[in-house]
Amino acid sequence: MVPIAYYLVLSAILFSIGVAAFLIKRNIITVFMSIELMLNAVNLTFVAFAHQWHRVSGQIFVFFVMVVAAAEAAVGLAIIIAIFRTRHTLDVDQVDLMKL
Amino acid sequence: MTSSLHLWLIPLVPFAGFLVNGLLGRRFPKALVTAVALIATLIPFLQVANIALHYSSLTLPYTERVATWIAAGGFHADFAFAFDQLTLIMLLVVTGVGFLIHIYSAGYMAEEEGYWLFFAYLNLFMFFMLTLVLAENFLLMFVGWEGVGLASYLLIGFYFAKDSAAKAGKKAFVVNRIGDFGFLLAMFLLIAHFGTLSFSEVFSQVAQHPEWQGGFLTAIALFLVLGATGKSAQIPLYVWLPDAMEGPTPVSALIHAATMVTAGVYMVARTHSIFDRSPFALSTVGIIGAATAFFAATIGLVQTDIKRVLAYSTVSQLGYMFMACGVTAYSAGIFHLLTHAFFKALLFLAAGSVIHALSGEQDMRVMGGLRKKIPITFWTMTAAVLAITGAPGFAGFFSKDEILYQDFLSPHGGKIIWLVGLITVGLTAFYMFRLWYLTFFGESRAPKVAHDDHSHGHSHGAHESPWIMLVPLIILAILSLIGGWVGVPSALGGHNEIQHFLSPAIGAPQEAAEGSRSLELLLAAVSVAVGAIGWFFAHLLYFAKPELPAQLAAKVRGLYSLLLNKYWVDEFYGAIVVTPLLLVSRYVLKGLFDTGVITGGGLAAGYATQGLGSLVQRVQSGNIRSYAGWLALGAAALLLLTYFGFGTHLLFR
Amino acid sequence: MHLVLFFIFGGLCVAGALNLLLQRHPINSALSLIVVMTSLAVLYLLLGAEFLAAAQVIVYSGAIMVLFTFVIMLLNAGAEERTHGSKAAYLVGFPGVAALLGILTYIFLKQSHHLGSAKLGGYLVTTADLSQMLFRDLLLPFEVTSVLILVAILGAVVLARKEH
Repeated sequence: MVPIAYYLVLSAILFSIGVAAFLIKRNIITVFMSIELMLNAVNLTFVAFAHQWHRVSGQIFVFFVMVVAAAEAAVGLAIIIAIFRTRHTLDVDQVDLMKL
Repeated sequence: MTSSLHLWLIPLVPFAGFLVNGLLGRRFPKALVTAVALIATLIPFLQVANIALHYSSLTLPYTERVATWIAAGGFHADFAFAFDQLTLIMLLVVTGVGFLIHIYSAGYMAEEEGYWLFFAYLNLFMFFMLTLVLAENFLLMFVGWEGVGLASYLLIGFYFAKDSAAKAGKKAFVVNRIGDFGFLLAMFLLIAHFGTLSFSEVFSQVAQHPEWQGGFLTAIALFLVLGATGKSAQIPLYVWLPDAMEGPTPVSALIHAATMVTAGVYMVARTHSIFDRSPFALSTVGIIGAATAFFAATIGLVQTDIKRVLAYSTVSQLGYMFMACGVTAYSAGIFHLLTHAFFKALLFLAAGSVIHALSGEQDMRVMGGLRKKIPITFWTMTAAVLAITGAPGFAGFFSKDEILYQDFLSPHGGKIIWLVGLITVGLTAFYMFRLWYLTFFGESRAPKVAHDDHSHGHSHGAHESPWIMLVPLIILAILSLIGGWVGVPSALGGHNEIQHFLSPAIGAPQEAAEGSRSLELLLAAVSVAVGAIGWFFAHLLYFAKPELPAQLAAKVRGLYSLLLNKYWVDEFYGAIVVTPLLLVSRYVLKGLFDTGVITGGGLAAGYATQGLGSLVQRVQSGNIRSYAGWLALGAAALLLLTYFGFGTHLLFR
Repeated sequence: MHLVLFFIFGGLCVAGALNLLLQRHPINSALSLIVVMTSLAVLYLLLGAEFLAAAQVIVYSGAIMVLFTFVIMLLNAGAEERTHGSKAAYLVGFPGVAALLGILTYIFLKQSHHLGSAKLGGYLVTTADLSQMLFRDLLLPFEVTSVLILVAILGAVVLARKEH
């Protein structure tokens, strides 16, 4: 008998670690992985609520999130490869041409 | 009911002339410019003459409403023209003398650059002056009032490349402005008390309330007097008129002798209902008139520039008109206005002819002996001099003596005014004959070299002016002779037609009990005698014993210097008014306010925006991690707001 | 029992996430993330989402993380130096993160008595139940998702192509 709140708190912790990793890491790929971590944390929240309210739609949502995350990962990594080809660096701080 | 007189045409035709000459005149041949300008002045004159001829079939007063101008709540002011006997006299003067001067100018200004511009300005002046005279309400009159000031400025500064001319134009405009301020205040008071600016409505309201005496009516009258002193060059605002002689001589004749400067007198006569209720204002007018007449005459005694003498003479004669109005003898003032227009315009035009003959020389000390060389100019000027000094039979005699007679009869201190006027008659005779002798008699004192102020390539000696300039002189000379015959008083066998003519418009002077024919004859004889004394001294000093003036001047060096320097009034004004104003303007308003507050404010706004911009710019660093940081903060804030509602700030109490 | 399992696998998740944060080399981070994914799959099982648990393992750990690993190896990403590129990230970001965590935890714990508790086997969703909803009510989104994947593939191919 685990209170749902514990699951939710766990997911909050995972999310925060994801954001922190986003802020700290310099490697683009690691940053991308932290995004995946954030998405997974949210998935856990959805499943927990689906269990609580006895609704399938929570799990359906997770299904779609997974699909989108997969697509996004594919495209994102392709972009990273393209960046690497032109900039020859995987350093996030060095890809700052959009500054004013 | 009279059929429409089409009064609106009278000012509009000169305005059309101004537009044509102003916009296209530069490309016209000179003859076309002249034709346009003269036609634009002739047509109003013919129209006025036509109205005068049909005078007996008119019902006066007649008003003509052309268009609505202001209709704001209860207040109403229209483009409307009014016509009565006073208007008719003014119109005849303005259009008649104006037309003659236009003809004269065609000859005088023939060699000038900007010939077309001169006539354009002259037509513009005619337009404004006619609007002033024909106006049915104070507001439209003010339009004309301001407009003639503008035209005067443009024409005085016509030789704009000359520094003194430009300054003179500016001075005229600024001093006029002070007077206009008085006029404006009077208009505001009128609106406050009467709710309207229409002459007929204001005057009928005044007539319906005989208990209104003094008080606010005095205030209105005094402000109107301020305006009149500005426009008619009385103390304290006369200082612009002598400087205005920088303009071409026809301008001096038209604007500063015959028409514009008389606008003040006309205005006082027009608003006489208000002045009649305020003895204080009337005495103010009388005192100002008398003081100015005497004061200006004393300055005119020693001036050396021929036009300056005539300028001070104008100021002095305008003082006479004010003296008349001050004792409610408005018709006498207007009568003198009429005769003065004739002989003063003639004096100026003749002086212009002399200047033209001497190729631009204006200093009387180097004139002389011109009697035989320019005879027509000489005889016409003689007629004018006799008229202004009040020689019996000439125009000035009747009008001036009417004024002096009315002043003498007036109960409150009128005799003092009469005395001042009488002394001024003597002074006037002296300086006018001085001018006459210095210019035309004796040996020529001119040096052999010609000046080229108004040179036109002739290098031979003094020559008579062309006929186009002489014909107006002759016409005006005839008018100076017979122009007074409309006002011959009954004492001398006449019927004083002009007083009876004007009485429906401006009332007759209150006939005092002591008046009688014999008194009038006596006073006339006294003033003629005083004038003769003046002539005698002039004859002595400038014809019989020409070395005397220099000796006299040396003996009374202080007084002579005081008069020659015009009592240092200009310097006084400069120190008291102009210099502090310039200092305040330059250092406080420009240095402090303009540079500091306004420019500084603008710059500060710019810098602030730039600063803010550069601050905000730091957010756009291009660095993904910093974006993520801001995102996290924003998300947290959003979460806070969503859960705790918009009263989140209360959470942190 | 449930609680023990929860704490074990929950702790494994957090440990993996922290490891992702703390490791220098990206490959280590990737492997930590795989640990996180798998633990999450177990947690899904505990919550009665058996299809999702399987999908998590297959799709996330098995496909996506493998993709990540391949790219890391392809690009030969080395160990990164810890340098500070952006002050804003730390000055503004960490308070934001802390605030996020704090607020969320506070909210969840405050409302925990409203939320009830999870029981093992309390609500089991079979694949049949899932597919019922998916293919009947949400058929259009399902088809659209397939289009999405197609587009993603095309995009990835185009973007990662070598320029000639």
